Amino acid sequence: MYGDPTADADPSVAFGHDMPFYTRDWHFDPYHQRLTVARRGAPDAVHFDTEWGNWEVFIQEKRGEHHTHAGTLHAPDAEMAIMLAKENYARRGPCVNIWVVPEDAIAASAYEDADMFEHTTDKMYRDPAGFQGLRKKAQAGKERVGDEAAAGGNP
Amino acid sequence: MVMMSELPLGPLPDVPEATSDPEALIAFEGRIARGERIEPGDWMPADYRRQLTRLIQQHANSELMGALPEGMWIPFAPSFKRKLALIAKVQDEVGHALYLYRAAETLGKPRTQMIEELLNGTSKYSNVFNYPAETWGDIAMIGWLIDGAAVVNQTIMATGSYGPYARALKRITYEEAFHLKQGYDVTVALATGTQLQRDMAQEAFNRWWWPTMMFFGPPDKQSVHTGILHRWGVKPKSNDEQRQEFLRKFVPKMIELGFDIPDKDLRKDPQTGDWIITQPDWDEFKRVINGDGPMNKERLALRRLIYDESSWLRTALDRHVPLPAAA
Ligand SMILES: [Fe+2]
Ligand SMILES: [Fe+2]
Repeated sequence: MYGDPTADADPSVAFGHDMPFYTRDWHFDPYHQRLTVARRGAPDAVHFDTEWGNWEVFIQEKRGEHHTHAGTLHAPDAEMAIMLAKENYARRGPCVNIWVVPEDAIAASAYEDADMFEHTTDKMYRDPAGFQGLRKKAQAGKERVGDEAAAGGNP
Repeated sequence: MVMMSELPLGPLPDVPEATSDPEALIAFEGRIARGERIEPGDWMPADYRRQLTRLIQQHANSELMGALPEGMWIPFAPSFKRKLALIAKVQDEVGHALYLYRAAETLGKPRTQMIEELLNGTSKYSNVFNYPAETWGDIAMIGWLIDGAAVVNQTIMATGSYGPYARALKRITYEEAFHLKQGYDVTVALATGTQLQRDMAQEAFNRWWWPTMMFFGPPDKQSVHTGILHRWGVKPKSNDEQRQEFLRKFVPKMIELGFDIPDKDLRKDPQTGDWIITQPDWDEFKRVINGDGPMNKERLALRRLIYDESSWLRTALDRHVPLPAAA
């Protein structure tokens, strides 16, 4: 029906200018309405079906919470990555914010090095559970100190 | 340290060179036996990579093709609520294709190549989508039986050994739960409706019973791939086990809704509780896989048409240049 409407378009004309099919205002989604993608210039060569870079997507469900990894997608740039992330990973549950990160910006530790996370010593001193029976200790201590005082150990 | 960009992206190795490393193979099988997940940068036998790529790619194709029979019914949905739900479901299915193509890509095959192989017919997709959706009753059956079968299958596959696939399936099965519910809702409405609606449901049920039985693939005796895929945690349960799980869940519901099951010899084994079925026509299954089903040509032609007609969008995205940051 529409084929490739850019095939015989004058490249000096702003992209999509007199092409009613995709310059018409889209009203179905507030994010699309704010997006300027379809109204920009088109300076260089056309690559059909380029394999765009990979982006990792992080979703924040509530202001103030952590962003958590939701998935991955292809996009030509960050703005499109955010739009596609919104379509793919935030169309159901709550979401207030999205991060997109180019995959090759991520560095990861190697699984072969997983032994570096192993504890060489008991790390219970880092843990609330490492400190137990405090009420009892406090009571026993108080009694002992009281007894000593009654025995006239200290003035 | 590993940079994600160093993970394999090139074309698939077709020589099974990696399998010839017996020590690595032992370590690999040990990890799977311990229930560890395999990740993209890890050593894996070439055959694991090849079989998984084939499997995930076909799964991704099925999601994309599965959007077609239902997508075509969107304009004819009988109510606004049904239309909204169907649009949402079809959008999910296309999203599932995205998750899965990305998972397959981590094994080294670019998405463009996979799409190309789908469009030129060299990579397969689930046979069920080569059957027609003649009435709204078929939409009920696809949503209830086919998505029901998919939920059984994907829940099992989500316990598999390859990390990116398992994680994609976790997200997918969460969304499939909605598909299944909406399919069941449509089915219940028809099956408890007027005589006309009940007939429509029963006729569609008759059309979908046999394709549903074929959905899980040939019986274990005939299936060529099952052995090694099971050992490597690619396919945690066999075709027959999966089919049985589906039958145990769904046959009671079919009976409850008063459907007349086309398999007249269907019976329950009193000892094991297994359902014993009449085997569907596996020759038909092979014919349909090889391109000779009732809708193969139409479905692929439509997929190609959509691909061509959306090329303007890919062009637009390629040409678009980010605006300079506001001063
Ligand atoms: Fe799906
Ligand atoms: Fe589904």
